Amino acid sequence: MKIGIPRAFLYYRYKELWETFFRELGIEYLVSPETGQDIVRAGSMYAIDESCLPSKVYLGHVEWLLGKCDYILVHRIAGYSTGTVCTKFHAIYDVVANTFRDRQIKLLSFNIEPNVAEGEMAAFVRLGKFFKKKKVRSMLAYLAAKQAERNAQLKELREQELLFHQDGFKILVVGHRYNIFDKFIGKPVLDRLQELGAVPVLADIVPRKEAVFKAAELTGTLPWAPEKEQVGAVVLYRERVDGLILLSTFPCGPDSLVNEILMRRLKDKPVLNLVLDGHQSMVGIETRLESFLDIIRFQEGDAYGRM
Amino acid sequence: MAGCRVSFPQLGNYHAPLEVLFTMGFEVEYIVPPPVTNRTLALGSHHSPESVCAPFKYTLGNFIETIESGADTLIQAGGVCRLGYYGELQAQILADLGYEVRFINLAGMKKLSPLEVYSRLKQLNPKVSLKRIAKSLPVVLKMVEYMDEVEDYIRKNVGFACKEGLFEQTHAEFLSDLRTVRSRNYLDRMYRNYRQRFRNIAVSKPKNPLRVGIVGEFYTVMAPFSNHFIEKELAAMGIVVDRWLNISNSLLHPPKKIKERVKPYTRYPMGATSMATISRALELAKKGYDGIIHLKSFGCTPEVDAMPVLQNISRDYKIPILFFSFDTQTSETGFKTRLEAFYDMIMTKKASQRQTACSGTFSR
Repeated sequence: MKIGIPRAFLYYRYKELWETFFRELGIEYLVSPETGQDIVRAGSMYAIDESCLPSKVYLGHVEWLLGKCDYILVHRIAGYSTGTVCTKFHAIYDVVANTFRDRQIKLLSFNIEPNVAEGEMAAFVRLGKFFKKKKVRSMLAYLAAKQAERNAQLKELREQELLFHQDGFKILVVGHRYNIFDKFIGKPVLDRLQELGAVPVLADIVPRKEAVFKAAELTGTLPWAPEKEQVGAVVLYRERVDGLILLSTFPCGPDSLVNEILMRRLKDKPVLNLVLDGHQSMVGIETRLESFLDIIRFQEGDAYGRM
Repeated sequence: MAGCRVSFPQLGNYHAPLEVLFTMGFEVEYIVPPPVTNRTLALGSHHSPESVCAPFKYTLGNFIETIESGADTLIQAGGVCRLGYYGELQAQILADLGYEVRFINLAGMKKLSPLEVYSRLKQLNPKVSLKRIAKSLPVVLKMVEYMDEVEDYIRKNVGFACKEGLFEQTHAEFLSDLRTVRSRNYLDRMYRNYRQRFRNIAVSKPKNPLRVGIVGEFYTVMAPFSNHFIEKELAAMGIVVDRWLNISNSLLHPPKKIKERVKPYTRYPMGATSMATISRALELAKKGYDGIIHLKSFGCTPEVDAMPVLQNISRDYKIPILFFSFDTQTSETGFKTRLEAFYDMIMTKKASQRQTACSGTFSR
């Protein structure tokens, strides 16, 4: 039996966890390839027009996996102990099921409810049970996966720490991991920043618990957990960077409000609000990035931008 | 703070019970928000982030207009979607614009409990007694129910009134009389009186009229300006309009077992109003309505996610569904053209159904 995993949305957050878990249990899995034009096109065709770009990308990945595996893993999440999530993640399982109803799609559900006592481990044990694995084996696999996840997170944090000591303007890129690491959405922006000599650091690479706690310094009633992590990262990193880029996709519900709060409350650093819709031209983005770096140069250097 | 002038954004006609709640219960002055107009929307969208949903823009514009008419204390609700974060940003925007008002944000509660709401609203008037609130609350809640009942009756009949304008006129009188209500007894008597008056309005309904159900997002469904007064348009076409969504049905008596009812279509709760939308659409489809109209503001995530499910219901029950997404730039002409096309379609469908039904009996 082969499991298909769409390379979109929560894959970027949980890839170590999922992949190690399946490997440990000897379950064959297939991750869809990096996002390309054809995947975006397929996703846009199936999605409701005004869905957000990453959800179109998600449907594109699901479509790619159809017929190539026995089950497709759809991760539904209704919230964390630290806050809620966008309703997109509540709905994604049923959106996929209803969109591809006529194509005999078989979904493997992985569901986490915030208010139920059983946590992540129980959800993984249930997943293991579906593959007729013993409870103990699933638990061990989960623990191994959790360890791998922790190691990966620590490695990321160490690598990010090194970036702060590099030459060039440090730019804090605030945005969802599934946008930033997507080859079609955010990756080109990061690459271009590097080519222009800046050092992008990511708000999503942050000690998460601490960040959630710190977010309250900037905003009190923010309901969403992932956004709390981002805002907390801004609080933690703001003194160490030269400017911020708010990278979001159109039309993102939470970001439409959170980014406005950030822009209104961060008065001491230059902020660039970059909204990507999948139809943007790279030339336009490049111009905006260049002028943004110019602004930082003029602010930090003399009237000619000399440092 | 005694003597503060409170306001809450306009939603449908619910300013009447809110006025009773604040004047009778909290003993503070209530500023009735000016009706939503193009200016409200222009003001709101000018100061709002571009891609936020339209209700944010409407309520922000509404806040500015109520400040202009004298309010100094504003209240904003919380919710399970983006609404949960409206308050903080709107307070920030108003502060940045230089308005000096007190902003009471009901969002960010761990759990929605009447006591918690009370403790937050207590700052309106520290001298307020729980006893007074407890006395006014039954009046306010019953008033909401009566209003919803009346409006439900109007929606189903106004399209067939023999004398034009009579429903609207009586409704306006009803609403203005509601504002003077201070006791439950008086409210009941007044309601019975008006119910009789509404029933006495002559209507000539055909035996089998076109019936259309409206489902969708909370604000856009309930705020007529934001949906281009769609109910009026439908009534003018001679259609019975069914709208389940109102405060009584959604907040005062929330539907039960909704998850089981939508089981063939969804496995998990999809968030915010989407479940009510789906369950209601399914019910309308099963009852053989002629069509469903789905209303939402542009980019409303829960309602966008309900759409693939609605499309499947439409396919399974052969019921036409018209999807409207309203933004601040929606064109009136485009809206009307789509509505007329929809009307033509359900009309033709109904006519052909009648014909096949007739020919069926003849051949037998």
